[in-house]
Amino acid sequence: MFKIVSKQKIAPKEFDIWVEAARIAKHAKAGQFVVLRVDDLGERIPLTIADYDREKGLIRLIFQVVGKTTAAMSCLNAGDSIKDISGPLGTPSEVEKYGTVLMVGGGVGIAALYPIIKELKMAGNKVITILGGRTSELVIMKKECAEYSDELIITTDDGSEGMKGVVTEAMKMVVERGEKIDRCWCIGPSIMMKFGTKAAKELGLPITVSLNPLMVDGTGMCGCCRVTVDNKIFFACVDGPEFDGHKVNWDEFMSRLRQYKDEEKISMDKFEAEVGEPSWQ
Amino acid sequence: MAVTFSKWKTPIKEQDPEVRRSNFKEVCLGYSVEEGIKESERCLQCKTKPCVKGCPVAIDIPAFIKCIKEGDMAGAAEVLDKYTNLPAVCGRVCPQETQCEELCTVGKMHGFEPVAIGKLERLVADWKYAQEKKDTEKTPAQTKGKVAVVGSGPSGLTVAGDLAKMGYEVTIFEALHAAGGVLIYGIPEFRLPKSIVKMEIEAMQDLGVKIECNAVVGKNITMQEIMEEFDACYIAVGAGAPHFQGIPGTTLNGVYSASEYLTRINLMHGYEFPEFDTPTKKFNKVVVIGGGNVAMDAARSAKRLGAEEVTIVYRRSLKELPARIEEYHHAVEEGIIFKWLTNPTEYVNNGQGELCGVKCIQMELGEPDASGRRRPVPIEGSEFFIEADCAIEAIGQGSNKVLLSTFPELKLNKWGYIEADPKTGATSVPGVYAGGDIVTGAATVILAMGAGKDAAAAIDKYITEKKSK
Repeated sequence: MFKIVSKQKIAPKEFDIWVEAARIAKHAKAGQFVVLRVDDLGERIPLTIADYDREKGLIRLIFQVVGKTTAAMSCLNAGDSIKDISGPLGTPSEVEKYGTVLMVGGGVGIAALYPIIKELKMAGNKVITILGGRTSELVIMKKECAEYSDELIITTDDGSEGMKGVVTEAMKMVVERGEKIDRCWCIGPSIMMKFGTKAAKELGLPITVSLNPLMVDGTGMCGCCRVTVDNKIFFACVDGPEFDGHKVNWDEFMSRLRQYKDEEKISMDKFEAEVGEPSWQ
Repeated sequence: MAVTFSKWKTPIKEQDPEVRRSNFKEVCLGYSVEEGIKESERCLQCKTKPCVKGCPVAIDIPAFIKCIKEGDMAGAAEVLDKYTNLPAVCGRVCPQETQCEELCTVGKMHGFEPVAIGKLERLVADWKYAQEKKDTEKTPAQTKGKVAVVGSGPSGLTVAGDLAKMGYEVTIFEALHAAGGVLIYGIPEFRLPKSIVKMEIEAMQDLGVKIECNAVVGKNITMQEIMEEFDACYIAVGAGAPHFQGIPGTTLNGVYSASEYLTRINLMHGYEFPEFDTPTKKFNKVVVIGGGNVAMDAARSAKRLGAEEVTIVYRRSLKELPARIEEYHHAVEEGIIFKWLTNPTEYVNNGQGELCGVKCIQMELGEPDASGRRRPVPIEGSEFFIEADCAIEAIGQGSNKVLLSTFPELKLNKWGYIEADPKTGATSVPGVYAGGDIVTGAATVILAMGAGKDAAAAIDKYITEKKSK
């Protein structure tokens, strides 16, 4: 059992929890994730490690309620426990001193981007961060990302904060003003990563994305998370989750994400019928 | 010599195929004690005991059968306990027909079936678990040293059980959330009920074995940390990385590795969706690729989940089928279709990223290959199409790199498996032993247990010698 020590709602349907998991905290690195099972009947879902505190033996998870498991998690409070957490899984981000790095994040992908921003900054890079969302309150972790960024650009679809528009426009703006970008990460909803990659191609930028396919074990044993990169099959759980965005087969990736849409709805409907309106509503 | 007993094994009750093809309950219902006694009377108690030579853990088979014959079930259980930590599992999933039973003297007699050794072992184990636990059974004192076991499959459990009995403090590290390895995530409920596996594991915990789940060695515990804390370590992580043929369409929705398909059903209880959260889809036409036990398991599971038509395509013929013949018969009884000498060449997209069929080609057997089996070669122009909304590849697994990639000191062989002494399991690193599928490549439960048995003895010797220095 893994005890939740704190819980905070950081945006509509988005939660930020710290969990006791000493072993995971001890070994976690930026870019890695955990696979968790909320209770005995639960499924195994991957979540990025948003932060960790080695001394206190805590890991931080940020999640958005998108289905039954995350809805059930949103009903847990400090003092409650998550049944199983396994990690840190996946290959860590390649952090070194590149020069100037462009970090692009959206949605809960920002939680995955944040530890990489932090490590890249500590490795001596100039960090330019672009965070985007539909509206101001959906752009999470602004303050923390700002702390480790030389420049933070916010974009919102509705213009409620920062630039009105989407992250790709901010990417163009940064490049067009003459910034020489040595490496770029883009983490967010798959559609954002797809278009982020397209923009990077037009701008001549290398781009690393973090893929979040469906997973079961998360240790390379089942192949549920297979993705096609450079026309070869990789298992995102062990070979990734980070890949060269230019080489990812995006349409296939997005199609595989939708595989269990019908079953996910059955699960969610059942949850709402049994539990009632979840607390996030 | 006048023979007074039946030529045939005492028949065993099974669930009717018509009924069982739509449930996940165990197919074989086992002998009653009376039936077991009747079967035990077929054993000649021959002095040469050829059956024992066929058993990878060398169970004194005539001895436990003699106990059954005398109605002494507790005595039979005691005999088994000396040799195996997983009798209820082995009685169910061992390929007895190519091991003990193949060498049985009765079976060598013209027109006679061998003694049903496996079914008798199962009877004794099930009888034992049905009795109330005796409080008098004491946990052995754990004073001889500390051993870490990585992986809780049959090999790891065997090492752990044997060493605990010898007086070692044993901790098993298991990556998944439940112990049992392939017994839990791989072999389906209808062949090996999870409750049986749980009982065998609980029996081991009663011996003092500790099991830590969610412990991914190489990720949240390093081999260095293990070497510092323990006197020795046994690596039995299995061959868990599924192979794909890599034909076009492998990433379509509806195409699975057997590992994923079976893990969803077995470990995650997908067949009980939505009571359990992990979904399995209801497919109508399923094609399973491969001819081993895993292929049979996947096909029979698909049938139970409601598929109308389940076809196994295998590139060789029935004669070369690697699956146990019993599993093949069960599959046929349940209505599984077999297409021999057939290989898939492409998974076909319905235009929406989902599978709609499998293109196959007819094969013929050519010259023998390195394995001694005749190599299947495609017949030109023989392509055909099988309509399917699901395809499951059960073509084998390779070595999982999660632990190995973090422990470069460990010498691997050219196939990527751990190089270990076949007699002791000793690896290139002193104090580190290995066995089971991570050494041999995918094999059977009982071979993995045999390796564990040998390694437990070697680890005992290693630690005893180290401590006496």
